[in-house]
Amino acid sequence: MMDLLKFLTCGSVDDGKSTLIGHMLYDAKLLYTDQRRELELNSRLKSRNGKLDYSLLLDGLMAEREQGITIDVAYRYFSTDARSFIVADAPGHEEYTRNMAVGASFADLAVILVDVARGVQRQTRRHIRICNLMGIRHFVFAINKMDLVHYNKNYFDEVVAEIEKIIAGFQVESSCSIPVSATEGDNITSPSVRMGWYTGKPLLSYLEQVDVSDSRKTEAGFVMPVQRVCRPNSDYRGFQGQIESGSISVSSEVTVLPKGEKARVKAIYRGDTLVETAKAGWPVSISFDREVDVSRGCVLVKDFTGMVSNLFSARLLWMDDEPLIPGKNYLVKLGTKTTPGTVMSVKYKIDINDGTHVPADVIYKNEIADCQISLSERIVMDKFDRCETMGGFILTDRVSNMTSACGVIKHDLRRSDNLVWQETDVDRQMRSAQKGQEPRTLWFTGLSGSGKSALANALEKRLLALGKHTMLLDGDNVRMGLCRNLGFTHQDRIENIRRVAEVSKLMNDAGLIVLTAFISPYAQDRENARAIIGDGFVEIYVSTPLEVCEKRDVKGLYQKARRGEIPNFTGISSSYEPPAKPEIQIDTSKCTLDEAVEEIIKQLGLDV
Amino acid sequence: MCWKGLVQIMCAQSYLDELEAEAIYIMREVAAECEKPVMLYSIGKDSSVMLHLAMKAFYPEKPPFPFLHIDTTWKFHEMIEFRDQKAKELGIEMLVYTNEEGVKQGINPFDHGSAYTDIMKTQALRQALDHYQFTAAFGGGRRDEEKSRAKERVFSFRNENHGWDPKNQRPEMWKLYNTRIRSGESMRVFPLSNWTEKDIWQYILREHIDIVPLYFAKERPMIFRDGNWIMVDDERLKLQEGEEIQQKKVRFRTLGCYPLTGAVESEAETLEEIVKETLGEVTSERTSRVIDYEETGSMERRKREGYF
Repeated sequence: MMDLLKFLTCGSVDDGKSTLIGHMLYDAKLLYTDQRRELELNSRLKSRNGKLDYSLLLDGLMAEREQGITIDVAYRYFSTDARSFIVADAPGHEEYTRNMAVGASFADLAVILVDVARGVQRQTRRHIRICNLMGIRHFVFAINKMDLVHYNKNYFDEVVAEIEKIIAGFQVESSCSIPVSATEGDNITSPSVRMGWYTGKPLLSYLEQVDVSDSRKTEAGFVMPVQRVCRPNSDYRGFQGQIESGSISVSSEVTVLPKGEKARVKAIYRGDTLVETAKAGWPVSISFDREVDVSRGCVLVKDFTGMVSNLFSARLLWMDDEPLIPGKNYLVKLGTKTTPGTVMSVKYKIDINDGTHVPADVIYKNEIADCQISLSERIVMDKFDRCETMGGFILTDRVSNMTSACGVIKHDLRRSDNLVWQETDVDRQMRSAQKGQEPRTLWFTGLSGSGKSALANALEKRLLALGKHTMLLDGDNVRMGLCRNLGFTHQDRIENIRRVAEVSKLMNDAGLIVLTAFISPYAQDRENARAIIGDGFVEIYVSTPLEVCEKRDVKGLYQKARRGEIPNFTGISSSYEPPAKPEIQIDTSKCTLDEAVEEIIKQLGLDV
Repeated sequence: MCWKGLVQIMCAQSYLDELEAEAIYIMREVAAECEKPVMLYSIGKDSSVMLHLAMKAFYPEKPPFPFLHIDTTWKFHEMIEFRDQKAKELGIEMLVYTNEEGVKQGINPFDHGSAYTDIMKTQALRQALDHYQFTAAFGGGRRDEEKSRAKERVFSFRNENHGWDPKNQRPEMWKLYNTRIRSGESMRVFPLSNWTEKDIWQYILREHIDIVPLYFAKERPMIFRDGNWIMVDDERLKLQEGEEIQQKKVRFRTLGCYPLTGAVESEAETLEEIVKETLGEVTSERTSRVIDYEETGSMERRKREGYF
């Protein structure tokens, strides 16, 4: 038997969901007297006709009270003799879709309000879609405002028929429709005398008894993402995390993914107590019979059905004010692993109300889209339908730190059954060891005329003289070939930098020291490059002031730009975002070229 | 015990297990991802539960962060004794911070009203967090305490002025907490978000957690002021006209600064009795905290300004 039910309530502004929950708490005598008193007091002041306004119990933020709407999820707690409940009261308005999704990700069941007079609305479909996307498989439809249709069964039946048609298209395990009146209290906590034709349970009784247990958690193999490594002393090394599915016992053999090493369980702590066997949902600390390389983000498994991959197809809910642009790099957090990743392409967006597929290149806030995502390394994952923890993820913007999107994995694009990555025989480390150098990408950034190219050229010569293996990438050799098909639009510019970064990474893998000289005016693009290239990325900011650059004007470009002949010229009609923390900064107006080169060599530690 | 009663107790326990697992998960995430975390310790029952959970979460290691108590200098004496004894017994690092400027100016709860809370609590906390440059601070706040808390995320982002922007909270999906911040910004983390007052008491009972003796009913020197029973904890409490000290058998449902904390008359001398009393409780606990008994929205306003 289940003892805690986390459920979500959603409905649009006037559907009365706050009223419904408020009424349920009030009728079931689950309020403290001071809460009751405050409700009665506030109702007298604020409600439209002096009647009790149950919604005042739930709308918590000042802005919500002022506007009479729900903006963010509110959590309420109550328990009856049968069960403990946590209610996530979510906003229904399209503008606050992301907040509703927050509530949905938390809940096992959704109570969706439908106004019987208005029938199934666009937003009802949207609510089902978001709930389903976030993993809810159990639904209750509270067909509200029955009092306004004189408790007539025909109206109810019509709405129920419509609902049944809609949910046939979703993954739904249980569904129930209940005719209610939130303001009058019909079928909320006790059967309505005014709707004798309804033979089902009132809402609260249904919620007390509905079974939402997740068989996937107990039947699936053992999965535990490692949160942290616990090392109190040299004798103990434990891996701490929460068991997401299955169970594990002392002396069982487990596999550590992504690498695939195996070890036997030596001891299991549940909190501070030693146990023989541990089950799904428990926080544990597991130690092994031998030394294995395990760190945060690794996953301990037994009979695992998921995959190890760096390329997958996913459904995203975009939540950032900034739109999604394919090619931009984000941080992907899945389980306990955070990895840089890129949305490679958008297949289509899904109309949030009716589910149709619409072609799209850019995805805006509150839109849902199917995408392909590529990660900078192979990680452990599973389909969301099989395991919520290994299949749900968020994307974080690397500059604003905003949680830009959440998503669910549909499938691995390689569809490879081979779980463990075969390391190639000759790797980056061996290639660079052979060249006696540490591969790096020296990313020069600065205004046109700041001296980037001259400096990169001189530095490459110096490195060659030191016996280093190098490659210089600049606008000329890249724009002519690799990026010949790109123009200068915003998206093309992002793609240009992405390609340069990817090529630099390949050359680093080959063991080379790469020098790049691009204006790269935007912090975001440089962050993307840093994410792709990873270790070895060195940002060198050539900070020669604009006046000096313009005075030099080697190619006569500033003059043209000043006459308005070149649109979007960095420094004149388009901005340059100076790096906040460059590894190296050089102002060529304050030193000679040779001095600048020596300074860089010194800072790179190559002067020995 | 009847069968139904037994089933209920077993269920309540597994519900507590779920809350415990959630809190431990959150604490481990902070320890793994945040640069410089600290756990706020107010000495109250919620803090005692949080401390207990932290000891479990990292076992056999000690919690990998210090604890911080903001001392307004007006806490009950028994609280301070309890704090020092706990820290010693568990071998944890306990930092104590007081707004010395406020002490010098003689700021006190009798003469300065809400300015007192602002200076000795809100500002002191901000000073302490800035002083130690903590990037994440655990608090024992629960969503069932107050309406604006009911809307707050588990990982609650604070700008460089420690302010909360309720209209623009980061989405928080599943257990995927976004802990990323820029320098100067910070996080408040509430591992007990989903606990209720009843859960706290039942967990204290189940785990035999030590709490300050003030929670248990005992004869104490009390005065009745503005509708609250206030304890005369030291000579700094000056009697007003018509007030006289009475020995009353009382206990405290929340603990704060003694002149601002109302007691309830009670006979509950054991944990079991407290739980029984709480389960049948008719008023929510915050009514006995004088400071919070203001107009609706006052807590949200304070949080926006950097109150915890």
